[in-house]
Amino acid sequence: MKRLAIIAAVLAFAAATGAAMLDLAPAAIDLRTPAAAHLAQSGVSHPVTAVLLNYRAYDTLLEIAVLLLALLAILAVAGTPAAAPPQASDPVVQTLARLVAPLAVVVAVYLLWAGAFRPGGAFQAGAVLAAAAVLLHLAGLLRGWGFPPLRLRLGLAAGFAVFLTVAAVLAMRGALLEYPPDTAGMLILLIESGLTFSLGLILAGLFLCLAHEDETS
Amino acid sequence: MTSGLLFALVGIALFGLGAAGVLLIGHLLRRILAFNLMGSGAFLVLVGLAQRNDVPDPVPQAMVLTGIVVAVAATALALALARRLQALTGRLDLPEDDDA
Repeated sequence: MKRLAIIAAVLAFAAATGAAMLDLAPAAIDLRTPAAAHLAQSGVSHPVTAVLLNYRAYDTLLEIAVLLLALLAILAVAGTPAAAPPQASDPVVQTLARLVAPLAVVVAVYLLWAGAFRPGGAFQAGAVLAAAAVLLHLAGLLRGWGFPPLRLRLGLAAGFAVFLTVAAVLAMRGALLEYPPDTAGMLILLIESGLTFSLGLILAGLFLCLAHEDETS
Repeated sequence: MTSGLLFALVGIALFGLGAAGVLLIGHLLRRILAFNLMGSGAFLVLVGLAQRNDVPDPVPQAMVLTGIVVAVAATALALALARRLQALTGRLDLPEDDDA
């Protein structure tokens, strides 16, 4: 009875929302024109990157804070047993992982650079870096993390720290995260580099902090 | 019907499937997956509606990009909590589900 009620409610919701979509009026606020009009002052030429790191950089600042918070919560939940040695894996897989990891770093740097004028950017680059770390771990070449040592903790926080420093300096000059148009491109590249580095570590940490528990238990 | 609208409709279907999964499935891993499906449906609605006109709106696309990363973090946290629950109690479903 309860199952039927839930299924009926979900179907009714989907039907009502779908009908609303088919009959949707044009958006009351059109953000495409202002987004395109100020693109020249934003420091980048790709509109999505301009939204992420200039118009709504505040969102991105809080996003990296959320990621850091999630990793801290995972470290708190997962406990702190010593990292176990990696499990041995097929030598073919290990060789392949050794070949792919440096390529992944090159791809990440390219994505970071390309973000200014085409799809790409810090988050995609960080995801590629993290994927390389996960691959190395699965191939048995990289240990799962116990409690991260000081150097690693500094690396995890570096992206957020760089972003926060830029925001604080700009807040003293005027509004929060309002870049001067002539240095906007450099500032965005600086923030994105920090973000890529830390995001790679954080996303890899989300996996590796959970992975080490598996090996010890 | 434009392809953007089709994306939005598929997004609604995915959201509905995910919502039904979260409400009906007791196993926590499958429930986390269903919750992710809900998230993917919402992202697809945002991206689809952003491009229903000829020029795509970059603001929802940037929001989705932010949302995907936060969803990954939330999923990892949920998995960590589920594993902790399994380590402590040896089961992967919530005790109050038994009453239903």
